[in-house]
Amino acid sequence: MVKINGKETAHDGIKVSQLLEKLGYKPQSVAVECNEEIVPKSQYDTFTLNDGDSVEIVSFVGGG
Amino acid sequence: MIPTKEAFEKALAARHGAQLQERFSAASVVICGAGGLGSNVALSLARAGVGNIHLIDFDTVDISNLNRQQYLPEQIGKPKADTLRENLLRVSPYINITSHNVKLTAENIPELLAPYPIICEAFDKADQKAMLVNTVLEHFPDKYLISGNGMAGTDSANMITTRRITSRFYLCGDGVSNVDDGLPLISARVAVCAAHQATIILRIIGEETLSL
Repeated sequence: MVKINGKETAHDGIKVSQLLEKLGYKPQSVAVECNEEIVPKSQYDTFTLNDGDSVEIVSFVGGG
Repeated sequence: MIPTKEAFEKALAARHGAQLQERFSAASVVICGAGGLGSNVALSLARAGVGNIHLIDFDTVDISNLNRQQYLPEQIGKPKADTLRENLLRVSPYINITSHNVKLTAENIPELLAPYPIICEAFDKADQKAMLVNTVLEHFPDKYLISGNGMAGTDSANMITTRRITSRFYLCGDGVSNVDDGLPLISARVAVCAAHQATIILRIIGEETLSL
């Protein structure tokens, strides 16, 4: 199981880019942390999420 | 007549406690963006007597900013970073405030933000917020980063919170209200988000006397 934004999900083995597409996030306006470390944007296509990982997807909105 | 530096220091220490004020005075913060969030965060930090504040913005003051940003009508057309510096020095004349009129990019952030242990993200566009956060977290995992995300619209101010994402990355806002959906940006709600950012910055600065 992979924990995404606090919820357990069955996304084991998925790449970060695939996960973002599946959940409907725009890659250019997110930051993704896996186990409290940033996943560099250059690694979205290759970074695989594994059983036990805890992922936080921060999706930014406009305004300031 | 403006009170002396010693009078300011004494008044701040009396209000905040000498130990906390010592930390505020020694602190160094960079504020990225001097708009609705950044100008209000900066004002709070300046009033608290944060000793070193660096302001970065590439924009100029526009009439559309005056509903929520800390500028005056006669300052329309002037560069925001330098103008905010002038305004903050009138509030808090003895702190060190520096300004830089430049657009932050993934290329120049590693150099321009390197000197500052605490980084406040106060941009307005979603992709620029993401760019700064990603760049800072990749290059500077040991710095504190405080980002503002979601303060548009007219929902309750109680929806705006401070969340700790990792030990050094904090996110303030409601996380959802998007100005790109046509929502308004209203003075008080933007200031609430900015006050969340300023509060967590001041708590981080005082961390040895305040438990997070």
